[in-house]
Formats: sequence, C-alpha cells, structure tokens
Amino acid sequence: MPFIPHTEKDIKDMLSTIGVAKIEDLFDEIPANLRIKELPAIPEGLTEMELARLMRERAEQDLSALCFIGAGAYEHHIPAAVWEVTSRGEFLTAYTPYQAEASQGTLQLLYEYQTMMASLMALDVSNASLYDGASALAEAILMAVRANRQTKSQRILIPQTVHPHYRHVVKTIVGQQGIEIVEVPFDPKTGTTTLAILQKMAGEAAAFVIPQPNFFGALEDVDALTDWAHQQKALVIGVVNPLAMSLLKAPGEWGQTGADIACGEGQPLGVPLASGGPYYGFLCCKKDIVRQLPGRIVGRTVDTDGKQGFVLTLQAREQHIRRAKATSNICTNQGLLVTASTIYMSLMGPKGLKRIAEACYHAAHELREKVKTIPGVEVAFTGPSFHEMVLRLPKPVDAVLDELAKYRIQGGLSLQKTYPQIENGLLVCATETKTSQDINEYVEKLKLALNHASHASHNEKKTVTIKAEGV
Amino acid sequence: MSSVPKALKYSKTHEWVRQDDDMVTIGITDHAQTMLGDLVYVELPEIENSFELGQECAVVESVKAAADIYCPISGEIVEINELLLDNPQLINEDPYGKGWLVRIRPFDNDMSQLLSPEEYSKVVASEAH
Amino acid sequence: MLIFEQSQKNRSATVQYPRAISQKMDIPKALLRQDEPLLPEVSELEVVRHYTRLSRKNFSIDTQFYPLGSCTMKYNPRGVHRLAFLEGFLNHHPLSLDSQSQGFMSCTYELQEILKAVTGMKGVSLTPMAGAQGEFAGVAMIRAYHQARGDVARDEIIVPDAAHGTNPASAVQCGYKVKEIPTGADGNINMEALRAAVGPQTAGIMLTNPSTLGVFEQKIKEMSEIVHKAGGLLYYDGANLNAILGKVRPGDMGFDVMHINLHKTFATPHGGGGPGGGPVAVGERLVPYLPIPMVTKQGGTYRWLTEEDCPDTIGRLSAFMGNGGIILRALMYARLLGKQGMHRVAEFATLNANYILAKLRTAGFTPAYPTRRASHEFIITLKQEAKELHITALDVAKRLLDYGFHAPTMYFPLLVPECLLIEPTETESKQVLDRFVDAMVQILQEAKDNPDLLRSAPHTLPVKRLDEVKAARELDLVYRAC
Repeated sequence: MPFIPHTEKDIKDMLSTIGVAKIEDLFDEIPANLRIKELPAIPEGLTEMELARLMRERAEQDLSALCFIGAGAYEHHIPAAVWEVTSRGEFLTAYTPYQAEASQGTLQLLYEYQTMMASLMALDVSNASLYDGASALAEAILMAVRANRQTKSQRILIPQTVHPHYRHVVKTIVGQQGIEIVEVPFDPKTGTTTLAILQKMAGEAAAFVIPQPNFFGALEDVDALTDWAHQQKALVIGVVNPLAMSLLKAPGEWGQTGADIACGEGQPLGVPLASGGPYYGFLCCKKDIVRQLPGRIVGRTVDTDGKQGFVLTLQAREQHIRRAKATSNICTNQGLLVTASTIYMSLMGPKGLKRIAEACYHAAHELREKVKTIPGVEVAFTGPSFHEMVLRLPKPVDAVLDELAKYRIQGGLSLQKTYPQIENGLLVCATETKTSQDINEYVEKLKLALNHASHASHNEKKTVTIKAEGV
Repeated sequence: MSSVPKALKYSKTHEWVRQDDDMVTIGITDHAQTMLGDLVYVELPEIENSFELGQECAVVESVKAAADIYCPISGEIVEINELLLDNPQLINEDPYGKGWLVRIRPFDNDMSQLLSPEEYSKVVASEAH
Repeated sequence: MLIFEQSQKNRSATVQYPRAISQKMDIPKALLRQDEPLLPEVSELEVVRHYTRLSRKNFSIDTQFYPLGSCTMKYNPRGVHRLAFLEGFLNHHPLSLDSQSQGFMSCTYELQEILKAVTGMKGVSLTPMAGAQGEFAGVAMIRAYHQARGDVARDEIIVPDAAHGTNPASAVQCGYKVKEIPTGADGNINMEALRAAVGPQTAGIMLTNPSTLGVFEQKIKEMSEIVHKAGGLLYYDGANLNAILGKVRPGDMGFDVMHINLHKTFATPHGGGGPGGGPVAVGERLVPYLPIPMVTKQGGTYRWLTEEDCPDTIGRLSAFMGNGGIILRALMYARLLGKQGMHRVAEFATLNANYILAKLRTAGFTPAYPTRRASHEFIITLKQEAKELHITALDVAKRLLDYGFHAPTMYFPLLVPECLLIEPTETESKQVLDRFVDAMVQILQEAKDNPDLLRSAPHTLPVKRLDEVKAARELDLVYRAC
C-alpha cells in the first residue's frame, strides 16, 4: 500500500482498541446514499520506477535548446547549492512556523530574507512573501487604498507598460471590491510612460503603479513619475525586477521621497522557470504603513532567558484572528521559494548580483545590435533597456516563432494579441545565460525563419473549437 | 476580580464612559484589557470624524486578538489619546486613567443605553461562567 | 548568528559569478543604483553551512510526527520531488508555444481529470496558488453566476462559526457581507439557524465537511436543499478532503464549487509555509466562470484555454498558470496512489484518528464531541485541566515539542475552549501513534506533579518561549548593520 505503513496485525489491534469490526464501520456516520464504491476514471497505481519512466518521456518533450523568452519569467544560472540546501527535508517538509520554538530555522531565514529584500528595494520593511508577482501587485493596490490617508479616491492608475497578465490579475482580484482601474497609454516612440501623457490623467488617485524595467524591457523615468504621482496624492507602487535593482535605482530612492510600496516577482533570484511556478511575490513598504502590509511577517525578539529568537508578528491583522476584517485572506507565504532566494542572494552578495544584472544588460545589448543588422528587423523603441526589448519583424510573428521552434529555439513572445498596435511585435530577452555563440545562433536562425516564414501562410488562425474537451 | 469604578457608565461591549462637562471620555474596562492580554497596538479614529452609537470607532490589538471598540455614544471625536500609539500598554496599566482612548462631543446627552456599574458588574460575572 | 554578521567586506563566491564585461552601458546615471544593498559577503561554504544549520532548528515531517489538525501533514514522497526537477520540466518557460509544452500540459490535463473524478464535479481549474486563492476564485464564481442572471441583490455569504478564518476573509474580498451561523452541541450546524439565515440576500454558504470540528455533517443533503431553494450556492472548503477521498464526493453532496488543497490531500510539500496549490472544481452551472488558463485536449494535442475560449471567466489569478511545479507533484502522487490508493487515504487517515482518540479517551482526556465518530481529525478540550491544574492547551502543546512531537493545532476552532485539534494522517504507523499517546499521558501526569514543567516548556529546543508582546510592540523586522 503506497505510503501506508500498517501491517495486518496493526489494523486488527487498532480496530479492536476503537471497538469496531472493520475500517468501513468508521464511516457509519456518513449517509449510505452518498457513499461511492469506485473511481473508475482514475488509473491503477504506478510504482516509482514506472512513474519515473513516464515523467521522463513527458519532460523530454518540453526540452528546448535555447530560450529567448522573458516576459516576467527569466532564465538564470542557479548555483547547485541553492536547491541542494533548500531541498533538505527540514525546509521542504516543515509547515508555517506557528510553533516558533520548533521553527527557528525557517523564521530566522525569513528575517534574513526580509532584510535582504527591503534593502534591495531601499524600503524599510518587507513581508515574508506572497504567491507571485501578479497577485503581489493586486495586494499592493489593495494595501495602498487602505493606507492612503490623503485621499478617499478609489482610482488606481496603471500604465499599459505593466505586464498584461499582471493587469489582468489586478482586475480579477481588485475588481471585486469596486476599485477603479485606469490604464495609462505609453509613448509609441519610447515604449514608456511620459509626463505628457500623464498630464491628461491628473486628479486624485489612491495609487500609481510604476514598472521598472517595464514589460517591454524599457526603463521608465522613475523620478519624474514618482514626483508627479505624489502631487496627485497617490501612493507610488513600484513593480520591479528584483535582480535589476542591484544595478538600477531602487524604488525607495525614486523621486523626492521614494516609492511607498515595492512589489514584484521573486523568480529571478534563484527560482527555476518550472512552467510558471511556484514562484513568489515580494512586497515591501515604508515603515509608516506597515500595519497595512498583508501576509506573514517575522520579527526578532527574545526568549524567557533573554536569548535572541524569531516569531511571526503582527498576526492580529491576519485571517485566522481577524476573519472577515483581515487585511487579506492570504495565509500562505511561498516559504520554500524564499528559502531558495535567500540562499541565492547570500551566495551572490551585492557584487555578484550586480555582476549578473550587468551581464544580462550586455547580453541583451549584444542581441539588440546583432538583430538590427537583419534586413527588415527593427528595434521598436528608443531609449535604454535592461535585458529585454521589443522587435518589429517584417513577417507575422507567430509564423516566425513556429519556424524557430523547428530549431528548438524559443524565439520570444508574440505581442500580437496583447499589443496589436505594435505591428509584428516580438518581445525578446537575453540573460547572463546567453553567450555570444548563442546570440549568433539566434540571429542566424531568425534570418532563416524570416525567409521560411514568408512561404508560410500569413495569419493562419487556428480555428477555435467551441466545445472543448475536459472542462 | 476586575475593577468597575462607581463614577463611570458602561456598555455591554466593555467600553466605559465618563462625563466631563460637555464632553465624554471613552476607554475599555479593566475586564476587557484582562481578557485581551498585553496590548500591542491601538488604531484610533481621526479627529472630527463622527460616529453613531454602536459604530466601530477604534481597534485594539493584542498578540492573539484584535477587538473593535464600539462607540458607546453618538458624537464627534474631539481628541484622541496619542500617547497610546507608542505606548499601548498604558491601557493594561491604567485602563480608566492614562489608558483612555478618545474624547467625544456627544450629539445629545442620551445615556439611557449605558449600564450602571452594578449592571456592568453583572455582565462581567455572567461571562465568567 | 545572522548571515549578515558573518559577512566580510569583499569576500565572495566568485565561481558563481558571470564573467565581467568592461563595456559601457547606455543607462543614464539618474536611473542607476548608487549604494550597495545589504546582502552578505560570504563564501559558498559559509552559505551552505549557515543554512544547513538553520534547517536543523526546524521540526518537519521528514524528522517529526506532525499531528497538526486541519493541515494534513502527511509524507511528501521524495521520488515525486526528484521527478519535478527533471530538466524538461524545470527549464520550461511558462510562455513557451503549446507545441513546446505538450509534456507539461499533458500532466496538467490529467490532474484536471483526476480531480474531477474524486470531487464529482464537472470542471476544474488548477491555477489558484493556495487554498485561500481557491476560495477567492470560488466565491468570485458564485458572484459572477448571480450577476449573469441579473440576481444582484444577493450580498451575503453564510459561514459557520467554526469555519477557517479564510472563509469570511475570502467572502469579504469578493465584496460580500458575512453572516455567521452557530454549531450545535453535537458538532452539526444548527438547522434552525440555517433556515432562519437564508433568504433572497443569500449568495451562498461556505462549508467544510467533515467540519473543522472533525465530524461529518450528516444532514448535508438537507442543508444543500435549504440553500439551493433560497437561490444560494454551496461552497465546499476542501481543507478536509483527506477524510473522504474515495468515499464521498462533494459533487454528490450537493456542492456547486470547491477548492482542493494540493499541499494537504495530494502530499505536496509545505515548504515552511508554502507553496500551496488550491485548484477549484465546479458543477455544471459554474463551468463558464472558471479561472483561466486551463488545458483542453483536442485529438491528441493539448491546448491552453484563455479568455478567447472562456469569455465569462472570472479571469486570471496568477501571472502564468499557477504553481506548475506543485501541479506536477500532485499529479505524480495521484498516479502513484492510483484508484485503490485514493480510497485508502480516507480509510487509514480515519483509522489513525479514531485510534488515537480511543486511546486518549481511555487515558482520561476529554473529547470535545464524545458522542461522535472522529473523521480524519478530532478535538480534545483541556477545559477541565485548565480549571483544576491551571495549565493551558498552549502549555501541553509546548511540552509536546520537548517529547519530539510537533504540537497539534491549538485554539482552533475558536468555539471549543482550550482545545487541541489532532490529525495524524494515514502515513503514520501505529507505533508512532502509540508513542504520541504515551507522551500525552506522561504530560498529563507532569501537569499534576509538576505543572511548572509545562508552563515553562519547551526546555530542549534552540530557544525557550519567545516574547511575542515585545516582538509586536518593538517591531524589529529587518537587521540594521551597526
């Protein structure tokens, strides 16, 4: 019996202690007409060996040679030590540290994480993490609405240069509470949010979201945007790539007084791509609004002997005490991913992290210069960028990506559906994992793909079958 | 046994009320602070805000609990005890004195909803069972 | 010692660095960071040693029995963890083309189908990243359903007083008011109170069954009729699914929507507080509102369903498709169990719970619901001991740590005074359960002979009882270098 240790004798002894004849009798309080006998749709059990073979076959189908997709999930080198240590059973199979004395490992690690993340964001405090970057942005917005004492406005300004999926998640989560989301268009030349555009949106708002780098990889003029937003009495929420903050000005330093809240996706710091998760969202803020910070928070204190120790604190804001009046319904942090990230940041240190960010910048820069030489390929936006950029191709992007896939190259993300105004737009990313040879290979194959794609039928839309299976 | 000063009036939800000329001062009772344990945070309303009788006007938090303070009388907030923001333990140490929460200018002088010390003592006693 | 206190200026683990590039950057200085963040400068060995040592200060399933009620701390198979690290899964980008994601998508599809089978529901979306997010999605679907019918006056969700705190919190996040209803002395919901609570304002009710009191709500069919008749929908909190896996299905009990905690019933690791996984399953009426994306199968090919396919969806809940790695692990666990294994989960979880209950009762402990059969978990109340011996549930919990057992859930549900909620799970052996009972018996004796031993426990852990009041009053949330 998989994972059930009972021997026949154990079962007999236990039943006799309970005073019933068979296990089935233990379910005698469940009405008989509700009981099921079989689960025919579920296959027979496998041995671990059989499962391993099956999973290897499936995993191999998804192997690609080179990945140039970014768009919120980034391929980085992860030192072996990160997941070797993270996978220790004492981290992997522990639960939320409610029993502080029996959880000092996780609690101290979270305190160290909070320190590192707050410092990386140049803000005062950090929580112990949320689900992912997109849901962290939604929580940051809810937090800003609660925390903003200067205005009663429920208006949130969010640039279209924020990841489209993040904006979608914000609508799903925040939209249930009557908060108004106003999208700010971007300058078609720079791919950024400009003061000229913002002037048309002046007026009180609870919060203004500033991405850095933005979805296109372009760098926003964070100082000017922050100061403008503060003039509208809005709190400023930076949604940033944490790795990039080792190189770029951190939210707490933006403008005259700094962003009030910073959030984003922690994945670049030691978390594998893994089909989109589990990742973790980070959330940091200024000290004066810490009471509105949702999620788990760890504090340092002392025990009865005066010895240093760590506990979950500010718990009275949380759902298990405050129930309907909690700051959020969240009761998870992504502890395991934060464990990996804390180890990753410790290994890299301030200099290593910056070195990686620089290497990302240079790899993307090299890619940018080389693709520009392909006839018909243009870089969509002027101005500085981090490790990602938008290209305009002379051919339909989807067809080109299908061609590149034949070489097992993942050529980037098509923007056709999300940004139709950027004709044949392709978002492409190069991190420190891409060598000059990789980039040359990409450029070569992109040329071939552009040639072949011209023979492919343009805009061949796959017809959507309405009655889909399995839903 | 927790103290229930004779000079005050009380609500069933464990607030006390003291009439000072045309103002009233509000706090939480000794019994309430004992039940909550060591307080760690107090959230007070903004001055000039108005509250109806029974409306939530403040929150006090201990490590394991958070309790809403229900306004025991309708009126406008004229003063808050800012000392509590950094020293919530004042409520534990001196609930009827330094631990007061807010001063209110009542809309009317209707105190008929409030309990006498004797009546409130019965409420406390009944909760002990 | 903190990792920061081991830091030495300019020490580094350079083998992990990419090569330096001396070229200039075109980023304006105003956009660049000027100072260094406070990260430690340490060697690789120091990092490995520091965090390995920290790990040893934790209790975990791999090292201790963890009878944490309502959390289902069962064994997390190592083979599953290893296979989730296969390169094809690990390095797979979430925005890869469908043609380059068939392996992962086949796993996703298969788990959707398995969850439909075990819940008796018609549709499943795996994207919610935790139980609480599943609850949010579920209530949002209830809301979308009523709104689509123009039934907009329904503004109330009914929640029993014993419910998990997430239930009312999730309802409020979806813009609903919460109405609490009481539990009877037998642990069942008070039917009169339910009848009185429902009405044209009722959007739905959120229930856990077996409830958080560890007993099966026997009149569930009647309850579902009452709520449905009033026009409301039934939400099933899947936190206790382990108790009934393969025995009863929420869909058959009359529920319209539910979430499943993959980190409980499907054995994915808790990771010190996360990640979790909170897929939602729904009956026919709510299928159009499921959160996206989901996977469908057409011919032999898998394809993502997005807003174009599901125009009425409540939307996305995560940047990509939820906790993919957790979905993989849950699927692998389900495949290892197979159909027979599913039935056994509930059987042995229930056997273990009732066995400990019987032994503790014999030893003099007081069950909170003595007339009821335990489900996969049960409550004992230490009200009597608190009164006579002046020890609390907290004291017993802390003393258990000294015996090498993780404490049960304490003070939840709130309506049972001085309670411990005990859930052994099916993966523990009789011998472990016996040792746990022995420890409880010994602690009860200590409470009589030397109660201070309990009040000052734990004595053998890295720290003694911690000052939570100080932590909350004098917030120290980040380390500051001196």
